[in-house]
Amino acid sequence: MDILVILEESQGSLHRLSREAIVGAQKLGGSVAALAIGENADALASELSSYELEEILTTKHELLSSYSSDGYSEVVTQVINSTSPTTIVVGHTYQTRDFMPRVSARLDIPFIPDIISLSDEGFVKQVLNAKLNASVSSSSEQMILSFQSAAFNDEEMKAGSSSIRAIDIELDSSDVRSVSEEPFQEAAGDVDLENAELLVSVGRGIEKEENVHLAFDLAEAMGAEVSASRPVVDSGWVDAFRQVGSSGHNVAPKLYFSLGVSGAIQHVVGMKGSKNIIAINKDPEAPIFELADYAVIGNVLEIVPKLIEALNN
Amino acid sequence: MKIAVLVKQVPGSESVLPISEGRPWINEEPVTFVMNPPDNFALEEALLIKERKEEGEVVVVSMGPNRVQKVIREGLAKGADRGIHIEEDGSIETDPLLIAKRFAAVLKEEDFDLILTGLQSDDTGMGQTGVLIGEMLGMPTATLAIETDIQDDRIRLKRELESGWFQWIQFPLPASVSIQSGLNTPRYPSLKGIMGAKKKEIKTVLGSELDNGRRSQSIDKIYVSQTSKQTEVIDSDVDVAVQRIVEILRSEIKVI
Repeated sequence: MDILVILEESQGSLHRLSREAIVGAQKLGGSVAALAIGENADALASELSSYELEEILTTKHELLSSYSSDGYSEVVTQVINSTSPTTIVVGHTYQTRDFMPRVSARLDIPFIPDIISLSDEGFVKQVLNAKLNASVSSSSEQMILSFQSAAFNDEEMKAGSSSIRAIDIELDSSDVRSVSEEPFQEAAGDVDLENAELLVSVGRGIEKEENVHLAFDLAEAMGAEVSASRPVVDSGWVDAFRQVGSSGHNVAPKLYFSLGVSGAIQHVVGMKGSKNIIAINKDPEAPIFELADYAVIGNVLEIVPKLIEALNN
Repeated sequence: MKIAVLVKQVPGSESVLPISEGRPWINEEPVTFVMNPPDNFALEEALLIKERKEEGEVVVVSMGPNRVQKVIREGLAKGADRGIHIEEDGSIETDPLLIAKRFAAVLKEEDFDLILTGLQSDDTGMGQTGVLIGEMLGMPTATLAIETDIQDDRIRLKRELESGWFQWIQFPLPASVSIQSGLNTPRYPSLKGIMGAKKKEIKTVLGSELDNGRRSQSIDKIYVSQTSKQTEVIDSDVDVAVQRIVEILRSEIKVI
């Protein structure tokens, strides 16, 4: 194999960024295999059975029933050593950021993270708070790459066939030094942002807590859900489970309608896969406008009440 | 309890960022530098841990040209005990493996119980230095810590997972932990702290003498990104804008 994609699970199925990573790997060229780790490895592998992959490796072990940085970095290192891919590809997620640098250090091979696209000159990555792009390259014979959310469209995964092969790894209980408790949600609510078709997203431009109802009223008029950027959540104006961005949800709705969201990189990574983006912001220089299909320059507090009125008539 | 905090000096978020003509980075001359904001949270957490335990030492470690002594002093003014400066001759190093090897070589010399780093740097944003160093020194590692609790020779910490999930994990010290921004409120240095910082020790080590200098990855070029997206700008009075938005929702995106 030329390329090995390390798969990740999210709530029982394949993480969207793993699917996007496969598209990225297929675009790099060469034979692509994937590795599924843990109790659910077979289910993850079968999600990919009708796509063009050289093979899907699965590995299970009682010490891999839940994620640990020690366990995953050991297993991935072993699989890389036994299969010798030239490129190892992952989605740029919290989990891969937690353990892939360990693999990089162990094998002494570079890890080029958070790639947004491929160019003839190298891998493109945002630098300096996403104000500039950098072209990054490596002369190493083996390297690890991670792709940012929405770097590739998972619908472009090449169809075909693949076979599944279970592989054995050696893992001793002394390899895993950490003890993990059960993951939990602090405030769940019954809001499913990641599968919402329409989102009205509220940012700092809403100015005051008393104005937040405008976002909820507009959402109601459109049949949308309400999401928010981190500053609004940190101010306590909107519940944390509505947060979109690198420390919240990754969303890709049919419409992302942002109200006074500036578009900081931490927010943008969580929503740039949206099919349509309408943004209202007072500041014509707001970074959100670079992503928007429709850039409405104006005051949210003046436009939204009239819009709600128009929609309700 | 001996804690090392890795602090980077980066361009401030409001700074100009002129692209250099001579090398694949910015021209630093007109740039205003600050302490990397995520590292400020790591520093605060180190100081809080020391205060809670009522003993120990916090050492601020930074890599870069001479200018980075400013952020080391800032750390000392906030209450860190001493500093280590891994000096580079002018250019900034952008290869995470090489950076981590240099830090690891320096940190190995002292038996730190805990190494704290910020989430990622605002300049290159590679987001892996703390984990690389932990692995190189044979330590357990964790990222995105939003709460820490030292219990004898172990650390218990709350980690942020994706989509609003959290998890407590624990492992033995020594360990390397990278901190999620926002978990505490970084202090400002007091006048007394600023005066006292002048007397505190900063040890200087030459970075290029710490490893074989083999680079594993490099930034070859930086440039302003060109967006390919066709954006319709609506910059009109409120009623016209509202009318246009309704039309877009109804006839173009077709969601109402």
